[in-house]
Amino acid sequence: MAEKMNQTQNFLKGIVKENPVFVMLLGMCPTLGVTSSAFNGLGMGVATLFVLLMSNIVVSLVKSQIPSKVRIPAFIIIIASFVTIVEMVLEAFIPFLYEQLGIFIPLIVVNCLILGRAEAFASKNNLMSSILDALGMGLGFVIALTMLGAVREILGSGSLFELKFVSENANTFILFILPPGAFIALAYLTVLFNKISIKTS
Amino acid sequence: MDYIIILIAAVFVNNIVLSQFLGICPFLGVSNKVSTSVGMSGAVLFVMTIATMATYLLHQYILVPAGLDYLRTITFILVIAALVQMVEIILKKVSPPLYQALGVFLPLITTNCAVLGVAILALGLEGGSLLKAVFFAVANSIGFALALIVFASIREYLELANIPKGMKGVPINLLVAGLLSLAFLGFTGLV
Amino acid sequence: MSKKKDTFLNMVVSLFVITIVAGFSLGFVNDLTVGPKAKAKLEKKVNALKLVLPTFDNNPVDDILLVQSELAKDSIEMYPAFSENKFVGAAVIGSTEKGFSGLIKIMVGFNEGGNIKNIEVLEQKETPGLGTKMKDEKFLAQFREKNPSNFNIKVTKDGGEIDALTGATITSRAFGEAVQMAYDEFVDNKDSLKKSKK
Repeated sequence: MAEKMNQTQNFLKGIVKENPVFVMLLGMCPTLGVTSSAFNGLGMGVATLFVLLMSNIVVSLVKSQIPSKVRIPAFIIIIASFVTIVEMVLEAFIPFLYEQLGIFIPLIVVNCLILGRAEAFASKNNLMSSILDALGMGLGFVIALTMLGAVREILGSGSLFELKFVSENANTFILFILPPGAFIALAYLTVLFNKISIKTS
Repeated sequence: MDYIIILIAAVFVNNIVLSQFLGICPFLGVSNKVSTSVGMSGAVLFVMTIATMATYLLHQYILVPAGLDYLRTITFILVIAALVQMVEIILKKVSPPLYQALGVFLPLITTNCAVLGVAILALGLEGGSLLKAVFFAVANSIGFALALIVFASIREYLELANIPKGMKGVPINLLVAGLLSLAFLGFTGLV
Repeated sequence: MSKKKDTFLNMVVSLFVITIVAGFSLGFVNDLTVGPKAKAKLEKKVNALKLVLPTFDNNPVDDILLVQSELAKDSIEMYPAFSENKFVGAAVIGSTEKGFSGLIKIMVGFNEGGNIKNIEVLEQKETPGLGTKMKDEKFLAQFREKNPSNFNIKVTKDGGEIDALTGATITSRAFGEAVQMAYDEFVDNKDSLKKSKK
């Protein structure tokens, strides 16, 4: 029973209590850089989730074979390989998303979230826990990016997932799809998130 | 002329932090004091320039001729990680005072996406040459330094300001960064 | 399983093995995706061509004509369209560096007489929400079925007949210039385009 509780904990902590974006402030570059629309945020989130999951799995499987002094370069190679795979697959099969995300795809490799989870969690825990940890953290990241993207798209373009709900000529809050809007929207979302998580705990 | 445009574009118009969103982690993380932000800027200038030079040569003379362009991400990050280690060791031996000033920031730079980002962006420069790529790296690190130092100076004043409880810490910093980014938006269209 | 010790041999061997495995798996995935990648690129081009050209039955990508011009740094791409071996028009890539944030690259389709059939924006870095509205139907419709020889494609401010985008006069001006460039090149090279069917 305790075991089961623990696993649920492993999964859930990434979504609210240790949310990678709002609480831990990890992976801020893609968070701010690609969230000018909800779809871009979702795409980036899922790409990161995939890399995080795969690298957590591999790291937790090979952890006992890697001498601890060279573990960081080893993790980097593992992560970079999965990032390259994501890059190639996106370019081949979802080219328009590949263009939208641009330089932020290769930069998944320096997303502190992924190396952080490999080092702090997967290299110390078993396969099952590592998978749940990656899914929870990754999902927390996806939710955060999609939320930020949605807020910016609604205010900045008057649409959500490309579905426009204002007229063609309406003046929208363009600031929010420009760079400053990323900082400002994230600032207020963080306040909101803190408020909610303080209340629930 | 090309070089002046690259410089102005990198420092003001497409500021690496405030409009391209690269290097946000150190931007938010080590900007609480002006003195630390100067140290960080120095370290970034150093590493970014050497890293771009190394990765540009690697890409041009090894990866492209061998048709291994797809290994770009993995080789670049390894080169950068190794380079940071090397710089750290050499500095320690050759110039202890410089090591004292930059040493603590060096390990942080491996995961600074600005370094990898600039190394990749430098490959796409029009009419690219090694000199241009290196100049691009220097220009971008000046842009990074400008954003970081201005931001740190504002944060020092914020310490003394009366801020609503819910906004303290991260949210107010993000808001200030947003306003700074808004100010830099005024440079659009300059080149 | 106990943790491997930090001996030099262990470190070298483990890193070596990881690198080899990573290298081989990336090579494998690369081989798998090379085909689809090229196909996706070609498809994008063909889709743009279908949007801007009159109905055609040749393969414009194979019949491509490249011309050097002092107007652009790289050679200008032109895609002729033929229907039943008759020249029906061509798509020309027009570009300008004078956009609000630099490069704007468009594909302009002309019919045989030089009337603009349609325009497709290929590359741009304009301000989201302002300059990017050049992709909107309302702006593009002003160009359709017009012939630049008797229709002034400049914004009204400069004495032309195009209504500029709100808040994005520079973008609109640059866009007009790119269209003009495409038209000039089309007229200059019409004869060679007619002969370019392979």
